[in-house]
Amino acid sequence: MISAIHLLAFCGGFIIMSFELLGGRILAPYFGSGVYVWGSIITIFMLSLAIGYLLGGRLSVKNPSPRKFAGIFAVSAIFLYPMILYAQPVMEFIFLHIEDPRYGSLTAAAFLFMVPTIILGMISPYSVRLLVDNVEESGKVAGALYFTSTLGSAIGTLVTSFYLVLWFEVDTIITILTLILLSIGLMAWFVAPDQLATSRDSAADPAPGV
Amino acid sequence: MSLIPPRSMRPTVNRFFGMPLNSAWTLLAAFLITSAITPVLAAGKTVIHEERSLYTSILVQQQHDLRCLNFTLKRADSSQSCMDVTDPKRMVFAYTRMAMSGLLFNSNPKNIMIVGLGGGTLPRALHEIFPEARIQTVEIDSAVIGVAKQFFNFTETADNKVIQQDARVFAKRAALQKQQFDLIILDAFNGDYIPEHLMTVEFLTEAQNLLTAEGVLVANTFASSDLYAHESNTYKKVFGEFINLKGRDSGNRIVIVPQGAISAAQRAPISKGALLAQADALSPLLAPYAVPIKSLARDIFKTIGAPADWDEDKRPLTDQYSPANLLKSQ
Repeated sequence: MISAIHLLAFCGGFIIMSFELLGGRILAPYFGSGVYVWGSIITIFMLSLAIGYLLGGRLSVKNPSPRKFAGIFAVSAIFLYPMILYAQPVMEFIFLHIEDPRYGSLTAAAFLFMVPTIILGMISPYSVRLLVDNVEESGKVAGALYFTSTLGSAIGTLVTSFYLVLWFEVDTIITILTLILLSIGLMAWFVAPDQLATSRDSAADPAPGV
Repeated sequence: MSLIPPRSMRPTVNRFFGMPLNSAWTLLAAFLITSAITPVLAAGKTVIHEERSLYTSILVQQQHDLRCLNFTLKRADSSQSCMDVTDPKRMVFAYTRMAMSGLLFNSNPKNIMIVGLGGGTLPRALHEIFPEARIQTVEIDSAVIGVAKQFFNFTETADNKVIQQDARVFAKRAALQKQQFDLIILDAFNGDYIPEHLMTVEFLTEAQNLLTAEGVLVANTFASSDLYAHESNTYKKVFGEFINLKGRDSGNRIVIVPQGAISAAQRAPISKGALLAQADALSPLLAPYAVPIKSLARDIFKTIGAPADWDEDKRPLTDQYSPANLLKSQ
């Protein structure tokens, strides 16, 4: 269970950064590839992750379960994929209505990337909740999860920018990311127990033998 | 080392011995160049200006009479643009001279769009040759614009404008405003980094839609690496046929598409006689710029009908697939 959640958090981190990197490709035809475009993308991703952390933390308070955790992945896939279909018309509309490419790219980034990234941002705090057994170890558990998810982000950035863009079209890569999210979400859903194991539920109880 | 002192160091008075301050600094700068730098010049290159912009490192160097603009500090001998300070009209680089051969197919352009300013060699020359023409040069880097004006005799006028913008954004806005150009020159690719969104089927199609019926597209592009094939197929996909002009002794190639707005089948055939007659007519205009237009015309005629010398199976670059920088190093 522990390693499964770490693997899921790793994939979450991988997909967030792969998606962010593709964001530059998606916006360039309408808003250029200037430093302000990257400014817009990074701003929106950071903002979305911030909101996602908040919401993921809230969601983890009531009846946390590995199944709900798996559900986050499936839902993020559902919100990620349609971007392939509506990116062009959305950017076209924004391009026509906002002349300054700085605010144009910021608005487009918000419309295209925000919702899936907020949902992906919920993964980290939720996985902390699933793995924390007691207060003493909570920092260690959170640290280990930050480690795996950020490692996933690093590798996602590298693989996407070095190889994926050389092999595949942008929409193909988004499709691959969606399929990864969907399949790990579904797998986790069927494998995961509906509830947290009872020993995990009662973190305040003394461990047996103490 | 910058010759113009940073703002914080400038005196607060606006005049200097009755002169406007700008002229005072120019005089001081001229004095500094002649007194301090002349001895160094004999020894080799002198750095006149160094600047880090948002996009690149800018280096202006001078060796004897040749003043050059470089975008990289590592390979300081690969210049973007050079100007002979004793003969500023003379085009130092082969690719700039080759780019001028686009005029063979439209010898009196009224509206000109240039992507990439560099030292401003092309807009400066075209404005001198066609003072009536309206030239718009798109340059993303404001620091490059400053350097062209300060060190490469580039002067902006109402008819010779520089727009600080991403060329993709400019092209889309120009289309909305229904602008049309008789000559479009794409010169945005420096040796080290390619703006990938300016080398795709979609961008070239946008450029194509900005051309008048007799409009010519000229692009300074790559002659080596995997990119040569990918890029050639990208041009082929948009324009069908194009003139593939390779430098006799440089690694550049120039793509020229006469009547780029219409399909290849509908374009007027290029005859050697017409091409040479056009070259004869242009020759006196281009002589001060050292453009060997007659030999370029002959070179161009030789390329017509030549089979593709690249792998035609390589994928054209699109907005969806545009790893130009990775392909360049393959």
